[in-house]
Amino acid sequence: MAITVQIPTALRRHTDGVGSITCTASNLTDLFSVLDQKFPALKPHLRDDQGQIRRFLNVYVNEEDIRFLGGQGYAFQEGDEVLLVPSIAGGVK
Amino acid sequence: MSHYELRCRECGRGWGNQPRSICDDCFSPLEIVYDYEALRSKSNGSALTRERVSQRAPNMWRYAELLPLPQGFQPRLPVGFTPLFSAPHLAERLSGTTAAAANLYIKNDAVCLPTLSFKDRVVAVALANARAFGFDTVSCSSTGNLANAVAAHAAREGLKAWIFIPSDLEPAKILGTNVFGAKVVRIAGNYDQVNRLCSQIADEHRWGFVNVNLRPYYAEGSKTVGFEIAEQLGWRLPDNVVCPMAGGSLITKIKKAFDELIKLGLVEPKEVKFFGAQATGCSPISTAIKTGSSEIEPQKPNTIARSLAIGNPADGHYAIKTIKGSGGWSEDVSDPEVVDSIRLLAETEGIFTETAGGVTVGCAGKLYRQDRILPEETTVLCVTGNGLKTTDVLAGVYRTERPIAPKLTEFENYLQQTLEVAEVPEVIRAAEETVQIGA
Repeated sequence: MAITVQIPTALRRHTDGVGSITCTASNLTDLFSVLDQKFPALKPHLRDDQGQIRRFLNVYVNEEDIRFLGGQGYAFQEGDEVLLVPSIAGGVK
Repeated sequence: MSHYELRCRECGRGWGNQPRSICDDCFSPLEIVYDYEALRSKSNGSALTRERVSQRAPNMWRYAELLPLPQGFQPRLPVGFTPLFSAPHLAERLSGTTAAAANLYIKNDAVCLPTLSFKDRVVAVALANARAFGFDTVSCSSTGNLANAVAAHAAREGLKAWIFIPSDLEPAKILGTNVFGAKVVRIAGNYDQVNRLCSQIADEHRWGFVNVNLRPYYAEGSKTVGFEIAEQLGWRLPDNVVCPMAGGSLITKIKKAFDELIKLGLVEPKEVKFFGAQATGCSPISTAIKTGSSEIEPQKPNTIARSLAIGNPADGHYAIKTIKGSGGWSEDVSDPEVVDSIRLLAETEGIFTETAGGVTVGCAGKLYRQDRILPEETTVLCVTGNGLKTTDVLAGVYRTERPIAPKLTEFENYLQQTLEVAEVPEVIRAAEETVQIGA
């Protein structure tokens, strides 16, 4: 089961410019573990000191805020497109 | 060198001045900070004083030192300095006592220029910076008022405008954007979806999104509501402010404005209570306040107050902090209460506000009834938009009158048939009594 994850420009300097990855994470916790492993430099930008997802980072699945889908409890489906979007996005290329 | 710059609200990292709204390190929002010492300094002759401010033209630019305006910026529109007036009749109706009559004020941004909402203030500051940052196109996601403001200001500044709106916006707000020549993109979704899309677009296109990459500059414009309230009250702070909340920014910026005036010695220090107003059909911030949460649980908006229909408010977290930290509270009202409150404000004080103003007035009534606001306290209600933009919510409230022939007898018949005796104007009743006595 594969999902696609889109990474916003603001974070791409921590992913060597990678803007999108495909992985097989089954839920949000799993997805963040995959990202931690793949892009260690990204971790402190996605999680706070307690390891919680940062307050100002929103996660969308197929255009829907994941909090409306059950949040951490949502099980990713084949082909899901996951967006990481700052709650107030910014920066220019 | 500039006397202001961007700083992360959470980790404190400085970012200079650039079109950017988040900290790359911790993803938190950026905010403008100022060199207050320079503004206080008497030695260099640039200290901001009441006298200096009061000698300037009656618009929001009189507080220029406390706004992030690029060097050499020359304002081309007299935005702001809207009336603050006492609302004795409304006060009696909301509080149920005459004691409140002298203490309730309306800050009336329904007449803010050029597009009749407080959004003109934020856009004026955002576009001043858009120009300086070299953007030729400005943009926004909007629930309507912002769309109008960006489109109008862009026309005035000779910038291109791309406006993104939920497709179900009030027709007057869409028309009021089209007319300025802006490109309007209707999105089949709610505001939160439009906003998320704009975040993605801002990542790909070099446009000045006033509420995305220009947001820290834009948001500072809201402070002028607070500066004006204090100055118009005679350079003093009120006891309470009731403020409508959509994204939650305005209430935090009025608080920042009051804090800055205190810091600069322009007003006496005072603990002002901040009260937030939402529509029940979209009340993520008031729900958090009522349940004691410090975090926002997003909602799917379902309310006629479409200018407040933001289910995932960007500044919700900070609005909660502002309200709780001040000892204030947040309330919400149903759609029928919104309509009743629009009518109440119009009938008691002659101000025609849009749905957001109805929300504010309705919530203020609840706060008086809950004794969270006391009649003897100086209270300011922020009316942020104009009723002519949301007339659709009053559809069916007033019947269309049958036309009558242009004859005095027709009118007299109409008067008898239409009005109850108690409603017949005094002068006519007196005349009728005279006739009866004579007969």
